[in-house]
Amino acid sequence: MSVLQADSDKLLTAVARLLHEKNIVSPDEITERRAFTDAANPGQGARMVARAWVDAEYRALMLADGAKAAEALDIPMRGMPPLGVLENTPLLHHLVVCTLCSCYPRAVLGYPPFWFKSAAYRAKAVRDPRGLLADWGTRIQAEVQVRVVDSTADYRWMVLPVRPVGTEGWDEARLAKIVRDGDMIGVTVPSA
Amino acid sequence: MLAAGQRVRVKLDWPETRGPCHIRTPHYLRGRTGVVERHLGRFHNPEDLAFARAAAVLDLYHVRFDQPAIWGEGASGDAIVVEIFETWLEAA
Repeated sequence: MSVLQADSDKLLTAVARLLHEKNIVSPDEITERRAFTDAANPGQGARMVARAWVDAEYRALMLADGAKAAEALDIPMRGMPPLGVLENTPLLHHLVVCTLCSCYPRAVLGYPPFWFKSAAYRAKAVRDPRGLLADWGTRIQAEVQVRVVDSTADYRWMVLPVRPVGTEGWDEARLAKIVRDGDMIGVTVPSA
Repeated sequence: MLAAGQRVRVKLDWPETRGPCHIRTPHYLRGRTGVVERHLGRFHNPEDLAFARAAAVLDLYHVRFDQPAIWGEGASGDAIVVEIFETWLEAA
């Protein structure tokens, strides 16, 4: 019987035991990593965005080193790829895609949504980004430059959206509630 | 090391026609000219890591390409920014 035909649960148990016996990964480390992965969700990235909207110093840290900025909000980043943060402005809109596979900033957004992994999204994002944004109902004015960031290697990328008008005086917790996963990938923009 | 603003060409190379390989350079950029945005760091070559071979540490760059120039359509000024390893870049 080949490894491809093996019962997957038994195979997982056997591999985990081998990793432990060879001192590569302990069961506790696997448990910890599974907890991190399951706990990651778009609310984590939204907390970072909300903090950057109210705190200029944090915003600067986030743009310089996304992983450090995540850790500053107690988001676990150990063993994760470097996190790059793309700053949207009134004249620049970023859209993240991974045309080669489905690289996604999981540490701060959780598991990638199904559409992010689809061939249709991956192809259209680089070929016709404005058409793709229109499909999402996202209006980008003609004078705004669109930058598609194709995530191909060791970084993971998230978008720092523009703070929407009508949110003046809102506190961080209230701001974080209006930031969705799509806003941090660039297919949508947050609104008050 | 390449400097920000430097013009570079992505090699017009198709290793996938020569046998099994792992490539992080999208096909639509092969042979295309872009501008270095910035140096992102140094990372082990994924083309070797994928085969559990000894992997050299390479410079990784964020390179910006004119989006409508690649496809022959689109909005002027739009761009595609991609992580590309030094081994795929040549002077343009």
